[in-house]
Amino acid sequence: MNKPILELKNVKTVVNKGTANETTILKGINLKINEGDFITIVGTNGAGKSTLFNVIGGNLQADSGQILHNGKDITHSTEEQRTTFLARVFQDPKLGTAPRMTVAENMLLAIKRGEKRHLVLRKLKQNMERFTKLAATMNNGLENRMTTATGALSGGQRQALSFLMATLKRPDILLLDEHTAALDPHTSLNLLHATNERINQDHLTALMITHHLEDALTYGNRLIVLKDGQVKADFKGEEKESLTTEKLYTYFED
Amino acid sequence: MNLIVSSIGQGLLWALLGLGLYLTFRILDFADMTVEGTFPLGAATAVTAISNGINPFLATLLAIGAGMIAGLITGLLYTKGKIPSLLAGILTMTAIYSVDLRIMGKSNISLLGKPTLFNGNFLQQLPQFFDSVSVGLIVIIIVTVLMMLFLATDYGQGFIATGDNPTMAKSLGIHTDSMINVGLMVSNGMVALCGALVAQSNGYADVNMGIGTIVIALASIIIGEVAFGDLTLNQRLVAVTLGSIIYRLILLAVLQLGFSANDLNLISSVVLAICMMLPQLEKVVHLRKPIMKGVQPHE
Repeated sequence: MNKPILELKNVKTVVNKGTANETTILKGINLKINEGDFITIVGTNGAGKSTLFNVIGGNLQADSGQILHNGKDITHSTEEQRTTFLARVFQDPKLGTAPRMTVAENMLLAIKRGEKRHLVLRKLKQNMERFTKLAATMNNGLENRMTTATGALSGGQRQALSFLMATLKRPDILLLDEHTAALDPHTSLNLLHATNERINQDHLTALMITHHLEDALTYGNRLIVLKDGQVKADFKGEEKESLTTEKLYTYFED
Repeated sequence: MNLIVSSIGQGLLWALLGLGLYLTFRILDFADMTVEGTFPLGAATAVTAISNGINPFLATLLAIGAGMIAGLITGLLYTKGKIPSLLAGILTMTAIYSVDLRIMGKSNISLLGKPTLFNGNFLQQLPQFFDSVSVGLIVIIIVTVLMMLFLATDYGQGFIATGDNPTMAKSLGIHTDSMINVGLMVSNGMVALCGALVAQSNGYADVNMGIGTIVIALASIIIGEVAFGDLTLNQRLVAVTLGSIIYRLILLAVLQLGFSANDLNLISSVVLAICMMLPQLEKVVHLRKPIMKGVQPHE
């Protein structure tokens, strides 16, 4: 039995604490994520999917419970500290890249994810060839826009760049928060294919939130249904293979 | 001719103000009002130190240090105290007024007969007003080159990313709070240096000399952007200095028209307002396109 790369033990979060609007979002999440898991996460609006990512990412602190990374307690470590092993792609293409910096400059920022940044010259030129090759793997012309400010890219290119940046320096855990939701169907499919390919090739451990049940079934080796702040179902391996959209849909009915 | 040389000298010295504000206003996207306080703080510190017999060079370094402390206070109010950026700056700026009076002991100190960075042996040989041109040029070249190098380091790139997209910066492990603190310290250190140099050049420090400095700094930045259009980051830094010189020449022209020095703050604001409104005016009068590139209002 291999040790989980990330483990959540009875994690709870409360918003508006001490007021009349006090609400518990995550109501005791227990989750073991093993190395190489590619988990798709589905759930209704308000089920706590984004909150789960924020708690794992560290920009929201758990109110109780424990989070372990390779057995080490990281419940109280900050967002910046967790970037040493964790990378994220946001839903909004605007959030993942620095708009006034070029594609290559953004990639340069990303290869130092979680590292201390020193007062040494950045060495952009030396990395250009490698970056261009990597950009070409996204199959959307990104490699021809290396010196363009990312603010001038299309949403699809920006999001592809965000994904590329998240995987440039291998993360132990990759969080994909509906990262193709803002894109048109064709572009979205392209990026999903590229995502799947990269995750399988590099044997990355990834969690992907999606609202498309088909995507949740097609990709990954594990599927989690979140409902009302709890893990309602956790399908693995063959169990997931045999799952259908109809069956999955029943979880969304009251 | 003398007036033009004097204006260029003033433009070079005051360009430090624009460069300092560029770090916070343009790169960090932080509207830092502290500079209205750090400018006279730098002047008060340097002038008081010099009149107490301290070497002008050392006195100028003390001024930079005082400015950096002021910047750090604004930074901590914003990052740790969670006070909005504009208010954090205004609080520090207001507090500095009292600090200036404490430092100087009165509202105005003259440097008459005291040594300054501007009356060294070599500078005395130069024709009138060339002393400020020489000192200004040396300081501006050093500061601009250091800024270019800083922004091209790994650390500097993280600094730019912090202002450009703080969410992304954090997700890449960049400590945005400490970047903001460092940025405010460096920026206000530069502004205090500017105050120290201007006071030594003018021969006095006055507790009220900070009024309007933020408008002058913005004018340098915006005029540089309007005049030179689409530029790389390094070119933009040079454009700030050129903008500062152009601004001084505009003031000179306006004063020649018969306005008095008392009208300077009004004129500064009008010049800045016109430059910032150019994109709107263009729709009406169809000015040249390239002029517009640098002043697109951002979302």
